[in-house]
Amino acid sequence: MANNQPPACLSCGAKGPCGGKGLLTLKDGVWTSNPLAIQILGICSALAVSNRLENSLVMGAALIFVCVGSNLLVSLLRNRTPHRIRMIAEVAIIATFVILFDQFLKAFYWDMSKQLGPYVGLIITNCIVMGRAEAFALQNPPLLSMVDGAANGLGYAAALAIIGLFREILGTGEVMGYPVLAGEWYTPNQLMILAPGAFFTLGVVIAVFNIFKGQETAEKK
Amino acid sequence: MMNETSALVILVAAVFTNNILLTNFLGMCSFIACSGQIGTALGLGTAVTFVMTLTTMLNFVIYHFVLVPLGLDHLTYIVFIAVIAAFVQFVEMFVERFSPKLYFALGIFLPLITVNCAILGASLFMIIRNYTFMQSVGFGLGAGLGWAVAIVLMAGLRQKMSYSDVPGPFQGVPIAMIVTGVLAMAFMGFAGMVSIQ
Repeated sequence: MANNQPPACLSCGAKGPCGGKGLLTLKDGVWTSNPLAIQILGICSALAVSNRLENSLVMGAALIFVCVGSNLLVSLLRNRTPHRIRMIAEVAIIATFVILFDQFLKAFYWDMSKQLGPYVGLIITNCIVMGRAEAFALQNPPLLSMVDGAANGLGYAAALAIIGLFREILGTGEVMGYPVLAGEWYTPNQLMILAPGAFFTLGVVIAVFNIFKGQETAEKK
Repeated sequence: MMNETSALVILVAAVFTNNILLTNFLGMCSFIACSGQIGTALGLGTAVTFVMTLTTMLNFVIYHFVLVPLGLDHLTYIVFIAVIAAFVQFVEMFVERFSPKLYFALGIFLPLITVNCAILGASLFMIIRNYTFMQSVGFGLGAGLGWAVAIVLMAGLRQKMSYSDVPGPFQGVPIAMIVTGVLAMAFMGFAGMVSIQ
């Protein structure tokens, strides 16, 4: 990084509880090392639920919730967890939050819970959550870890929403039920809703991110 | 409601029409990371098939004879993942003892099977689709074989692809995703042969 002095958070400054690293952490998670597009983590669920924008948004929310919660707990317990069993402790914490979210969905949004099927449960094995717990929360104080969790969740949610948006527009001609490409001239391309469309869209999204990244690196040189 | 499809049909369907990787997108992480060489892909595919078949059976027994009678089915996720983690640990020790070569080839990816969503996904699908025991065995084996077939095919394609000139931004993962898309399209040709729900 060019700037060794990370910008301090507006509210708390360099001496705040997250040591002034909040904004940088946020930018890292959402953009510089976006979990989905740059690090290519957690693509299983990203491909499966992104056939509609609505599903993508719910899944994004789920991941933000689980990431923030598990990062907070892992970070709080980081000095008390024996190193040898840290993995299983992390999995247990993550699974707890996933179960919470799953029960919440089942209680209040039954249809959505049915649509997402096993993919909510599969957040447990989402590499992003585990990766953040392992790589960040184990070394950092609770508040900063929460910011990191939120940032990565947001980055994932944003990328997911982009994929979901494109697939829904091209696949059905609608966005969340509102017709967009509804004229006689447009035949919805069913392929975008089906599996291959997911692979194509993600491939293109990652490539576009690569183009932006390439420009950024070129500018720095 | 139990469905009546025979275990064999489920097995075939899980390999071809409902391939767990190409239609349900499960196990993508190791699929992308480990599909560089056919040998590694074959090793990982075998490991996944083995683990998936046995964990599906184990989880079936635990779910239907322990969790449901005790009314603890909200703990499904945490119990399943614990069973899988313990089982993978066992397989790892086994492979390390009997095939050190394979152990080094698979490297970090053996423990990663624990967080391979295909394994947990297969168990969850089994619960959601109300399979009987035999059907679960068929599904676990089929899903594992399907995953292995997909990753070996992909490894072959990627070995050929390393000689081709891919445009800059598409190099690496993006082109792999697009090739996987084409592969998924090819597998859609099987649709209608058999179907499971």
